[in-house]
Amino acid sequence: MSAPTGPAPAGPATGSRARTPAVTARALARRRRREALGRFVREYARNRAGLLGLASLLTIGALALTAPLFVDQAHLTVTGAPGDSYQPPSREYPLGTDNFGRSVLDLIVWGARVSLTVGLLATFVSVTLGTLVGVTAGHFGSSGGLGGRIVSTLLMRVTDWFLVLPTLVLAVALAAVLPRGTGTIVIAIGLTVWPPTARLVRAQTLAVEARPYVERARALGGGHTHVMGWHVLPNVMPVVLAQTTLLVATSIIAESTLAFLGMGDPTTISWGGILESARTAGAISAGIWWYMIPPGLAIAVVALSFTLCGRAVESVINPRLRGQS
Amino acid sequence: MSADTDSRQPSSAPGSEGVGQPILSAEAVEVAFTAGFAPGGGRGTARAVDGVNLDVAAGEIVALVGESGCGKTTLARALLGLERPTGGRVVFEGSPLGYRSRDLRSYRRRVQLVQQDPTGSLNPRRTVYESVVEGLRVHEGTTADESERVAGALSRAGLRPPERFFARYPHELSGGQRQRVVIAGALILDPEVLVADEPVASLDASVRGEILRLLLELRAELGLSALVATHDLGLAWNIADRVAVMYLGRVVELGTVEEVLSAPAHPYTRALLSVLPDSEASEGPVVLSGEPPDPKQVPRGCRFHPRCPVLASGEAERAGVADLCTSADPAVLGGGAQRRVACHWSAADGSGRLRADGPAAP
Repeated sequence: MSAPTGPAPAGPATGSRARTPAVTARALARRRRREALGRFVREYARNRAGLLGLASLLTIGALALTAPLFVDQAHLTVTGAPGDSYQPPSREYPLGTDNFGRSVLDLIVWGARVSLTVGLLATFVSVTLGTLVGVTAGHFGSSGGLGGRIVSTLLMRVTDWFLVLPTLVLAVALAAVLPRGTGTIVIAIGLTVWPPTARLVRAQTLAVEARPYVERARALGGGHTHVMGWHVLPNVMPVVLAQTTLLVATSIIAESTLAFLGMGDPTTISWGGILESARTAGAISAGIWWYMIPPGLAIAVVALSFTLCGRAVESVINPRLRGQS
Repeated sequence: MSADTDSRQPSSAPGSEGVGQPILSAEAVEVAFTAGFAPGGGRGTARAVDGVNLDVAAGEIVALVGESGCGKTTLARALLGLERPTGGRVVFEGSPLGYRSRDLRSYRRRVQLVQQDPTGSLNPRRTVYESVVEGLRVHEGTTADESERVAGALSRAGLRPPERFFARYPHELSGGQRQRVVIAGALILDPEVLVADEPVASLDASVRGEILRLLLELRAELGLSALVATHDLGLAWNIADRVAVMYLGRVVELGTVEEVLSAPAHPYTRALLSVLPDSEASEGPVVLSGEPPDPKQVPRGCRFHPRCPVLASGEAERAGVADLCTSADPAVLGGGAQRRVACHWSAADGSGRLRADGPAAP
């Protein structure tokens, strides 16, 4: 009955138990994950604000993805503009036209592509980096012995260094050095806005590490990976999510700032870019509201939607908040 | 306390009659914490545990009694390998405990901790199932019979039917249920020793009894050994075979429950017992005076002498040991199952206090 397939290091009893269900164990883990996901979806669906945020994000995302189907790219160039300059909203141009005669609605829809991409990717880069640095520094600083404290101190000094550097200057310097393009903007923003996340996550990690259940996990035999993955990460996730929702908005704005400073890709259209061109075209003093308000509104709606989604996810992850939404 | 006397028959046998090899022992364990520059705190080395020998035999429940801050928790943590002793060693089944992560991992399969505060020792984001299964996943990963084993551990810990508790979160449970979940989480790995640090301190009296009965049942059914740190003498009386009284980082009195609690020899133990409401002590309550001890400044001589009522009343003078009390440190007590007292006065007492009063004198 003992497994003929391989020499199990454990005794015969545990060996046969570990061998036969080797596949089943993985299947079990997968089923567990599927069940957890199902629970998550059901809980999330109960949160109305979260659904609203998700719906608006999905709509904007779908519009951005399908934009080439109903927006003629030729109409977005200065030379191929279909209308006259500064036409107020009409049936033909629901949001009017800009100084070149391009449809503002088309610009907004097209701009969502770049703005969302840059915002999401830069947020992803910075949140990942910040969480990694924060959890590592917090965990090893509190329970890694002398070596751990040295690693933690080094990481936090690097974080402090990035924190005191003016974000914009660093982003401009990075964007100037790296080859021009959307990827560069993502990296420039991602590498500059992570330090607050790292600090926040580290503080939360330290708070979690001091809890008795972390000590219990260690007494049960759990190692660093177990403590970080099973206890610390789920408990810092709300902070990370809140930070993510804020960072998406920050990143979109940072992208528009860089675009304004000429560090962006001038051939692409983004919400920030539209805002800045409205400003430089004198739309503010001329009272051309349909040129300035829609891109700003678009940024606000996206930021709000992310916040709603973040709150909903947080209330699902944190069982104490359940039923309060 | 005396009212509980009848309910404790099952625990009297194994510990007292010289049991076999100790399964877990502390050998001259010292744990010192060095404070850095702390605002207002000052520098110094706090000797939280200052040379403790203590043995826990298989199937035995040892109570570690003492006031807050005397080093009970630190000793418990050191025994689990959570705190590395600055001196001495922890011995498990005859071999000293290693501190490499692989050694600790296999050790922690067999020795489990139950903490003081069941609310804090459960992750609020994990269900009961996840909290209980944690140890199993750490050591064996996901196994096929996982849910049966979780159900088994839960019902052994007295949560029946176990399936009803699987999906609950800690905040949906009562304090006693939470502590049972913690105990179930410790039991799922079939440990040989349970180290419980004030297991019922945060629970109310009605739940307290249930948890204590559970510990006794587990000992009877599984042959579990336990070290229970507590400041509650009634608890020690109810569940323990042997008692170690700790004062300022040292064990000052050691013996079976009957010996120590019905015939205390050390003035500190006598003072602790005399203030119990239904104490039968002839001298009336002895309230200890003086500062609570500071482990950064352990007094010269006997560490208890600044607060010792025997020395203050001049009784020690009459016995001719007053000088010894203030100048000579009573030796660190040895482990083992014998009755031991770290006190010059009771050692020198010609009348043989131990023999005169002790009902179960060796």
